[in-house]
Amino acid sequence: MMTSSLAIIELSALLVPAIKIVALVFAVILPMVAYSVWAERRVSAIIQDRVGPNRVGIPFTKIGLAGLGQPISDGVKFLLKEDFTPGHVNKLYFWLAPALTMVPAILTCAVLPFGSELFGEKMVIADLNVGPLFIFAIASLSVYGIVLAGWASNSKYPFLGGIRSTSQMISYEISLGLSLVPVLLIFGELNLSEIVEEQSKNGWLLLPLWGEGAIWNGGWDRFFLFFPALLAFIIFTTSIFAETNRLPFDLPECETELVAGYHTEYSSMKFALFFLGEYAAMIIGSGLIVTLFLGGWSLPFGWDAALMSMAGNPEQVPWWLGVIHISTFLAKVIAFILFFIWVRWTLPRFRYDQLMKLGWVVFFELALLNIFITAGIIILTRP
Amino acid sequence: MPIVVKRPRLTLAEKCYFPALLKGLRITLGHAIRILRRKKKVTMQYPEVKWDDNLPEHYRGAPALVTDEQDRERCVSCQLCEFICPPRAITIVPEEIPPGDEWQKVEKRPESFEIDMIRCIYCGMCEEVCPEQAIFLRKDYAITGLSREEMIHDKERLYEIGGKREGLVNKWNELK
Repeated sequence: MMTSSLAIIELSALLVPAIKIVALVFAVILPMVAYSVWAERRVSAIIQDRVGPNRVGIPFTKIGLAGLGQPISDGVKFLLKEDFTPGHVNKLYFWLAPALTMVPAILTCAVLPFGSELFGEKMVIADLNVGPLFIFAIASLSVYGIVLAGWASNSKYPFLGGIRSTSQMISYEISLGLSLVPVLLIFGELNLSEIVEEQSKNGWLLLPLWGEGAIWNGGWDRFFLFFPALLAFIIFTTSIFAETNRLPFDLPECETELVAGYHTEYSSMKFALFFLGEYAAMIIGSGLIVTLFLGGWSLPFGWDAALMSMAGNPEQVPWWLGVIHISTFLAKVIAFILFFIWVRWTLPRFRYDQLMKLGWVVFFELALLNIFITAGIIILTRP
Repeated sequence: MPIVVKRPRLTLAEKCYFPALLKGLRITLGHAIRILRRKKKVTMQYPEVKWDDNLPEHYRGAPALVTDEQDRERCVSCQLCEFICPPRAITIVPEEIPPGDEWQKVEKRPESFEIDMIRCIYCGMCEEVCPEQAIFLRKDYAITGLSREEMIHDKERLYEIGGKREGLVNKWNELK
């Protein structure tokens, strides 16, 4: 009797994360990756006074759906294309590289809290106490995918792309990590769910206008800390651009100089994995920025607490509020993805020495200085 | 004498990218908003919307044969167009007009007149060279077919495209 109930508990402990993983990765992240490609093409078209893919809809009908069928047809095309492996490549690493860019990008979503609670279950796959560290540890693995692709292709353009990406990603990881330290100092917390919880109660890091964070409620520390937080936000966002190899920092692929950079020798679905890995990294990066600086799943102006008291302050978050939280998070992430796309179709590519200078001379020092400023403000304003 | 171009001195605002960056973002956003509000229209959705009504007078489309007011073929099989045609798209087989025919005095007419539209480069030389004003470039441009045979326009098809052309046609000179 005892053992069977234990078995049920263990089974549910296994099943719930499994359901969350499948739902998040296959129902949210992967469709979002596919549709951010579509969004990229449509938004770039709109910015450049064009129309963009607007025809593919339901097959064999004339229903266009504004081109929403395009990602599916692209996917089918990639799967059906000849999967060509050039004769001069190192086969093992050539096959490993695309997987190594896609897997870390998807793995990092494990610690992102994408909602508050739904039916008493926390909406995060792994509620780790070292969330940001986990993300850095896994996300730095994605550099191996690009380096291996460049190396295994055994041809000069991918090789140059691989070298560039190594130095670029390693350089910007430093400013990425350092710019995050002030944020962690302010919250005194490494658990991403707790960080969002705190922002929901006492004001987002970049919008401290309610709860204890508001200046009229005695939140002087948060008022002064807003400025280092803004600096950290700018450095962090720019470094995410560099980490995801997006324009203005897309030197690893750099079509004008390197043909297509590290994925020159790739075709069909292996190429698509690089392509989609970049978008997955972009989505996770936006999710991380939103979680740390813009309140994650929380609604602004303390509406979370207001809605909870409207529901009569129950023990659990009611399901409709949970759904609102999840959609708030997704809306913020989508807005950020649109910002990424907007920047891509606006800015020209940096020169390589400018990129390195920006990373090592400007951002590294600014991020380091920012830590001391933040620490100083915290000592002075928090008794 | 060497020309010295001085490197422009950048202000602090220019050095830190941000104002220029925001300016760029504003420009692209402006374009996006103009397109979204349909204030500006650039791309034409081709098969649904066509440019046909706006084609200029001098547009060079598919070459075609025309008949005159009495429904007589204007072509007299002089074969000048066949000779001038740069890609040799035109093939004419001349024929004598049999005695007793209303137009016997013209002497010759084409037995067959074929233009290979795969070869045709729409240069308009046939129109220019024709002494009888029998061949004209029309405004048809979407010439398609599923086989090579379909792409060869025979006499019947050429008259179908060309139709009837009445009166004196001033090809080059309005005073003519």
